[in-house]
Amino acid sequence: MLEIKNLHVKLEDEDKQILKGVDLSVEAGKVHAIMGPNGSGKSTLSYVLSGRDGYEVVEGEAFLDGEDILEMEPEERAAAGLFLAFQYPVEIPGVGNMTFLRTAVNAQRKARGLEEMSAGDFLKVIRAKAKDLKIDADMLKRPVNVGFSGGEKKRNEILQMAMLEPRMCILDETDSGLDVDAMKLVSEGVNALRDAGRAFLVITHYQRLLDHIQPDVVHIMADGRIVKSGGPELALEVEKNGYGDILGEVA
Amino acid sequence: MVADAKKTATEERLATLTLPAGGGWLGKAREDALGRLRAVGMPGRRDEYWRYTDPTALVQADPAPAAPSETGDPWAGVETIVITIDGDAITLPDMLPPGLEIGTLAQAGEADIHWARDIYGVLEAAGSRPISRPLAMLNTAYAAAGLVIRATGKVATPVHIRTTGSGDPLHHHVVRVESGAEITILKSGTAGARANTVTEVDVADGGTCHHFRIQGPDHGRHVNTHLFARLGAESLLKSFTLSANGQLTRNEAVIELTGDNGAAHVACAAFGRGDFHHDDTVWVTHDAEHCESRQVFKKVLRDGATGVFQGKILVKDGAQKTDGYQISQSLLLDEDSVFLAKPELEIYADDVACSHGSTTGAIDDTALFYLRSRGVPEKDATDLLVLSFLAESLEEIGDDGLREHVSERLADWLRDA
Repeated sequence: MLEIKNLHVKLEDEDKQILKGVDLSVEAGKVHAIMGPNGSGKSTLSYVLSGRDGYEVVEGEAFLDGEDILEMEPEERAAAGLFLAFQYPVEIPGVGNMTFLRTAVNAQRKARGLEEMSAGDFLKVIRAKAKDLKIDADMLKRPVNVGFSGGEKKRNEILQMAMLEPRMCILDETDSGLDVDAMKLVSEGVNALRDAGRAFLVITHYQRLLDHIQPDVVHIMADGRIVKSGGPELALEVEKNGYGDILGEVA
Repeated sequence: MVADAKKTATEERLATLTLPAGGGWLGKAREDALGRLRAVGMPGRRDEYWRYTDPTALVQADPAPAAPSETGDPWAGVETIVITIDGDAITLPDMLPPGLEIGTLAQAGEADIHWARDIYGVLEAAGSRPISRPLAMLNTAYAAAGLVIRATGKVATPVHIRTTGSGDPLHHHVVRVESGAEITILKSGTAGARANTVTEVDVADGGTCHHFRIQGPDHGRHVNTHLFARLGAESLLKSFTLSANGQLTRNEAVIELTGDNGAAHVACAAFGRGDFHHDDTVWVTHDAEHCESRQVFKKVLRDGATGVFQGKILVKDGAQKTDGYQISQSLLLDEDSVFLAKPELEIYADDVACSHGSTTGAIDDTALFYLRSRGVPEKDATDLLVLSFLAESLEEIGDDGLREHVSERLADWLRDA
């Protein structure tokens, strides 16, 4: 589903190479995890895939379902089925959470040539999905992420994911700032979305999120490259011994 | 001393006008205003409060050729008591609810004794010290059409003053809110190619006045408005203006808190592009204890548009426990637009809390990316962030239904902008 080939990326404003040849293939129905130390390029990869400004692709390609996404606008990538759950969800004062979500859902439906969802239908769907994530009516009415706790923000990201039903979900350090209960709730939300037609790329520092969202494949990223791939046991190895051993081994 | 050039400009303008007929208290108020106007002359570019806005189009004898295009009643859908003013022709409603009296200025002028005589030109004259407001003086002297509105109880249905026409009208309204009474006044419409409107609002102890105005997206208009308000103890004034487009708009608000525990909130959300100049000039005087005032002014500017904010909080000696707040912000959507802000605080009491701030910024890239990453196209995402930016000013509309209504108009107009 997601095919990344030899991706080299530098910062637009300075001569700093961040990704130095990333190769990655994520199949439909699978959960891939990317782990790695700070500064290894994990978040940059998520931003480059979702189309954030400030990066320059020097070399390489990325395809979603065979379509080259690197030339697309962020909204086109979203309509094509890509979703990024932000590490730091953005607060938007004065815009109701529900208004925002409805705008997003209908924009994507429009881009895909579908009819807009009526206010009534939308309300029915969002209420059911919000309930599963323990998001109450007040949180839906409040301005987007304003005054939300860390856990509420991350739950709100998962709610957006549930509403937008993307095919390729990238979770950028979704576990940061979460306590154990919140992590469980968020993970349940993610697991509920796992199905044969959908793939996940879970970016994390720590193994503990992967106890809840069990990956099929684990990649270790360091210095802008994927240096090692393996099964879930690789994450356990990192948890036990840190990154030092693995990095020493591949160096 | 009035400079010769100013004197000439003033006399040229006056030569195009005729004092409305009728003597009595109103005639005297007009003569008085004319005397005050001649003493200061029409505004010029070198006057302290006209440095950022060229008054020529508002001052010159002939209104600039403009073609205001009406875009329909922006308050449509809200139940109101409508008064229409077409040029100088006023149509009053047939029936009024209890606690509400509405008449024309001409009718009020014919009465020997009328409550409006204690307000007409009086609040304007008080508001012209220490800064003279000659365009308001001109209005007091020559306004042919106007309304006198008095609330003696809580009036549930908003009164809607709707103006239409294409000339160069001078309108002058007087509002009196009696003790414990409450009224909501809505305004809309293009009064003319050039419009000069003065509204004097006198709120007695414990009274409440809401003043919500929509200046719609017709482009050709040159508008100069003044709101003069005198607030008694425990009273509340909430004024909000939505300005969408308009070549030249200067909205002045001059508010005096004269009784303890009063509150005055004045706000505006403005957006325009290109040949758009929008000026808010605000002066709030605290002359009593425990009063609160808020000034919330937001402008969204693009394609070389200009925004001006001149806002003052004056806390007089003895006005202890004043709580004053002032914020003026602009969102510049490109590098050609300009925002000029002059926030002023002048405080003579020693136990007060006054905060003020002014910012100029661009769209937040991270927020824009966040919205776009959810599939919202760039234009719609920008509109949402513009709404987000303007939201704090709309919060000053206390009534949920009216705020929602204004918010929807705003969203509609942004979509088309």
